Amino acid sequence: MASTLLSLASATPSASLCFHEINKGKLNLGCINKEKTNPFIKAKSFGRVSMVVASNVSHFEGITMAPPDPILGVSEAFKADDHELKLNLGVGAYRTEELQPYVLDVVKKVNKLLLEKGENLEYLPIEGLAAFNKVTAELLFGADNPVIKQQRVATVQGLSGTGSLRLAAALIERYFPGEKVLISSPTWGNHKNIFNDARVPWSEYRYYDPKTVGLDFEGMIADIKAAPEGSFILLHGCAHNPTGIDPTPEQWGVIADVIQEKNHIPFFDIAYQGFASGSLDTDAASVRMFVARGMEVIAAQSYSKNLGLYAERIGAINVVCSSPEAAARVKSQLKRIARPMYSNPPVHGARIVANIVGDSALFKEWNAEMEMMAGRIKNVRHKLFDSLSSKDKSGKDWSFVLKQIGMFSFTGLNKAQCDNMTNKWHVYMTKDGRISLAGLSLAKCEYLADAIIDSYHNVS
Amino acid sequence: MIISRFLRRGISTSTSPTRRRSWWDHVTPALKDPINAVTDAFLADPCPYKINLGVGAYRDDEGKPVVLQCVREAEGKTGATNFLESTSTAISSKLVEESAKLIYGEDSDVIKERRFAGIPALSGTGACRIFAEFQKQFYPGSTIYFPDPTWSNHRNIWGDAHVPDRTFHYYHPDSKGLNFVALMDDVKNAPDGSFFLLQPCAHNPTGVDPTDEQWLEISSLFKVKNHFPFFDVAYQGFASGDVERDAQAIRIFLEDGHSIGCAQSFAKNMGLYGHRVGCLSILCNDKIQAVAIKSQLKQISNTMYGSPPIHGISLVSKILSNPDIKALWLKEVKVMATRIQRMRATLREALERLGSPLNWQHITNQVGMFCFSGLTRAEVDQLAKEFHIYMTHDGRISMAGVTTKNVDYVARAIHEVTASDRDIKILHNIGAYKVNTDICSTSLGTKKTRARGMNLAL
Repeated sequence: MASTLLSLASATPSASLCFHEINKGKLNLGCINKEKTNPFIKAKSFGRVSMVVASNVSHFEGITMAPPDPILGVSEAFKADDHELKLNLGVGAYRTEELQPYVLDVVKKVNKLLLEKGENLEYLPIEGLAAFNKVTAELLFGADNPVIKQQRVATVQGLSGTGSLRLAAALIERYFPGEKVLISSPTWGNHKNIFNDARVPWSEYRYYDPKTVGLDFEGMIADIKAAPEGSFILLHGCAHNPTGIDPTPEQWGVIADVIQEKNHIPFFDIAYQGFASGSLDTDAASVRMFVARGMEVIAAQSYSKNLGLYAERIGAINVVCSSPEAAARVKSQLKRIARPMYSNPPVHGARIVANIVGDSALFKEWNAEMEMMAGRIKNVRHKLFDSLSSKDKSGKDWSFVLKQIGMFSFTGLNKAQCDNMTNKWHVYMTKDGRISLAGLSLAKCEYLADAIIDSYHNVS
Repeated sequence: MIISRFLRRGISTSTSPTRRRSWWDHVTPALKDPINAVTDAFLADPCPYKINLGVGAYRDDEGKPVVLQCVREAEGKTGATNFLESTSTAISSKLVEESAKLIYGEDSDVIKERRFAGIPALSGTGACRIFAEFQKQFYPGSTIYFPDPTWSNHRNIWGDAHVPDRTFHYYHPDSKGLNFVALMDDVKNAPDGSFFLLQPCAHNPTGVDPTDEQWLEISSLFKVKNHFPFFDVAYQGFASGDVERDAQAIRIFLEDGHSIGCAQSFAKNMGLYGHRVGCLSILCNDKIQAVAIKSQLKQISNTMYGSPPIHGISLVSKILSNPDIKALWLKEVKVMATRIQRMRATLREALERLGSPLNWQHITNQVGMFCFSGLTRAEVDQLAKEFHIYMTHDGRISMAGVTTKNVDYVARAIHEVTASDRDIKILHNIGAYKVNTDICSTSLGTKKTRARGMNLAL
């Protein structure tokens, strides 16, 4: 009998009798005979054949754990450590001098305002909130920019930087199949994953020079020149992640020249507008330079850091085209990509940004808070540099700490040295030598300097 | 050095004649999404009494969008809370926990043994897409079977994940009900271990749901065939008004020991459309496998958008975990479902009273937000052009857009287009029929040929 039962569920690999099924009294041998003539053809219900085999083995039996995210893994290790001097310089989320997370005052104000307004929660259009799309493009390109006036920008609200990058990647995959995206070496860890999952091939251009702890400009130019014509070049608009090393304005000019010469498409990832220099306009200079040359540019924006809206997932993808008609077509295709991904984007973050950027008083307040946050990081850089210079008697040049910009600093420490930072000094950072200055207070600079000096000189 | 050579800005160094062409010349305009296209056409129509029966978004009896009271209360408790990254993980886990309880049952073994992998998702669409990508990654050669018909975006979702689709019989155009025999045949004939998309209640677009008996049979056959059932739950509460009742199909599959996958949306039943809140869950053998699968799902969502927005997640988790607010929510779901049921009855009665010779039983037989009217494409177009009533081309009517004030007009318009198309003269016995002049007098008054035979107090 048991074998007859088992043969019913022929495809089921594990067919042991399930204890609790039997207990529920589901053994129903009477129905077995009916199975011989296919009962399901008839319209009448025959009553169920109770299955006494156990739950089907999961179809996803052999799935293994995905590798842990290297950045978030750092925070987890930090949490698990109970040493009193521990320092978390892992994830790039802004912290106050007291090392507390910070909600911007303008955001608090607008959240309150939105709560009072009590607007409806209907679906946004696929391309997002119109008011948001308008202000976000103006913030990046400048309200008076001809490309905006001429309606040559296709702007679609995206889920922060990640979501916006993914939309662009999908567009590239569809319309430039096989074309590569060149990314800096190193770059933000998720860039590679995004392009991989979007099935867009990528390769790297030299960027970080470990000898100078600065930009390998010649290598960068050479690699961009060597790329096949019509490649996409992924550039960090400001405050390069993870190195903190940005090209100078002159260097940007040369990069633009080479890209034009090779008919490449510049693809900007702007996650830190305002966080680099403290000025929203200054930080958009690189993008604006390329646009001013008449180039067609892709630009992904994020408000995670500069408005602290990490959790609301608000950003945008912009494609500057040569005509309004092209922009309309491109926008329609971005929508076509977004619809089967999430149908339409979330409303809350868009309303917050639209309200802040669209109101001159709130916008001013935001600018001030932006300056304050970027200012704190600059102060911390100075203090760290001073501490390193005064404590380290070896004569090593630590000035790269001052030259680098934005939330991150590439210390030049290798993996073993980073491990020493963590194991001996309880300083948590990513293994590539990156520290997040947003997680550093003035009070801790001396301690950090000691840790860095020790790791650099005494560990190889 | 290099720098000085290039200080001349903006001067082209290439003489290629193709340089000035746009990169995007070969990008054609995308086809409009069929459901959104209806809304677009509706918005573009200047007629003051136009009616949108296209998109499946709930409206009250005034035709207005509704923010549920339970949402306002949850907002009051969380609204001005500004979210920090640290709290996000806890809130997300809470959402998944509560969503799983809602669909699988609080006392289900699956919950007790923590045998599910779940992540918050961007509403139903996002949950389906993550699953489609997951399916592609771990079963690269597989296909997905959709009911015929199904929500138009399903095909796009699995298509963009590069999973080919097939269909199984579902809707019977003659009976306007379920084609159960053909459905079972298709399930039987599909290769063992196929992936199926099932809608457990309030089927979109047909409103036709299997009975419990039929679900039992389907589940048994799935067991024999070792198929994978993926449920798209967009309307829990909207079919019967009772969230537990509407989860019956899933509970049946659970009892049969299936390890299912489930996409849940809170867009409709909590009115949180714009917040994009949902949950994707996959049942597993045990807790350990659940952790592994969750890590894979997270990885997929990390490259698509990172994580879903916290605001909506926080609202849903508050609503589901606070007993008072949850009780209020359940009441409000019943109100919404009941109003729709009432409109179904009213519309059918109105059509029958108008003397329509056609059978309109399906309006009340079908369940949930949508009525698959059986109207032809030509009739749908006529409704839009002449009566300013908008619905999708397949004749799907969003009953949520029907109100006490407009139901008579809608009935008359449907009667008008179906009668004239089928060569049946309009009778005069509607003289006693009260007319809602504030809605329709203008149009019908000017359309002399159409208005003849309709006794309107103009």
